[in-house]
Amino acid sequence: MSEHKEAYEDIPGTWVFDAQRARLGYPLNEFLYSLMKDSNRKAFLANEREYTLKFRMSPEQREGVLKRDWNRLLELGGVSYALAKLAFTDGKSYQYMASQMTGMTEKEYVDMMLKGGRSPDGWRTKAERQGKR
Amino acid sequence: MARIIAGVGTSHTPAIGAAVDNGKTDQPYWQPLFKGYEPAKRWMAENKPDVVIMVYNDHVNAFDFKIIPTFALGCAEEFPIADEGWGPRPVPIVKGYPELAAHLVQSLVLDEFDMTICNEMQVDHGLTVPLTLLCGTPQAWPCRVIPLAVNVIQYPAPTGHRCFRLGEAIRRAVESWDEDLKVVIFGTGGMSHQIQGPRAGLTNPAFDTAFLDGLSKDPERLLSIQPLEYLREAGAEAIELVMWLLMRGALGERVQEVYRFYHIPASSTAVGNIILEAR
Repeated sequence: MSEHKEAYEDIPGTWVFDAQRARLGYPLNEFLYSLMKDSNRKAFLANEREYTLKFRMSPEQREGVLKRDWNRLLELGGVSYALAKLAFTDGKSYQYMASQMTGMTEKEYVDMMLKGGRSPDGWRTKAERQGKR
Repeated sequence: MARIIAGVGTSHTPAIGAAVDNGKTDQPYWQPLFKGYEPAKRWMAENKPDVVIMVYNDHVNAFDFKIIPTFALGCAEEFPIADEGWGPRPVPIVKGYPELAAHLVQSLVLDEFDMTICNEMQVDHGLTVPLTLLCGTPQAWPCRVIPLAVNVIQYPAPTGHRCFRLGEAIRRAVESWDEDLKVVIFGTGGMSHQIQGPRAGLTNPAFDTAFLDGLSKDPERLLSIQPLEYLREAGAEAIELVMWLLMRGALGERVQEVYRFYHIPASSTAVGNIILEAR
């Protein structure tokens, strides 16, 4: 693996869905895309592990799906809009999934948004984030 | 001659569509947002465009990851509503304008913009939520719609500069169509928002206000905003704002701002709406 680092990798709490991540995430995202069909959603919920075996994703990606480990799935090349289809399959909202990614409860997250959302201050670079902690 | 009479910038947050579809528009959470869109809805009803060119992005619905077009133009007779994971939105089917779309494709390719041609395509909330916000809940949409889907999901999206120049080429293409038509172009998505990772929920009203001011008064200034700046300052999904620059490019040099509205939040999004009439 090359040592090439993109400037946006320095934004904390963010996994930019770039061409490298898209390459790794391809089978994972194709699995998530399949959940657009109601019959597939039902088949997945009936036996989650078995259904995911139809897709050539990595064991790490499969574990991430079964555990709904959203941030890990972002890191492994899942794209948020595709991950949302897994949340919808669970009967959850996008907002619920986003709150899980931030480590807040859904109520805490909604309250933060009602107060105007998260300021970029302290969240621009990893160094700035370290300083704020 | 066909003319682009105006541009509309608006967010396309899916939760807005869900609020309408589930009868929640009067709830305290949603009421200020829908009240803020009333003047834009009136403007749309008064100006009655024949055709809307809808610049939006697909959210892994029409396109999976097998093929990712940077600019895709919908050339079909009609566009079915996608099932995004909870059933299709209960909104009218979207009627296209294949004759004009075919003309746009020819004109744009010869103008050196390599469009992907979509003869079949489902449309998702990126296209239907702006229609709902500006047209309400009619039995049939009041105008024909030509979808222009821009890849903003896989990095990098086309630059703001490139989008603006495509907008200029769309203006030339529309004006070379003989039929008398009123065309309104929509730029959708944004404004500041991030919906992934521990930084989700980010908004930046100062960035958004400067962006709206720039659209109205000095769009060239916005063309130099680099992808990294959108991501860092306004959130990973704020890159969608390049689609507003595409809209602005199609309006010609001088515009008159006739309406602006800004509101936080709709779900995780800072919502913006602007109407610019071409002068």
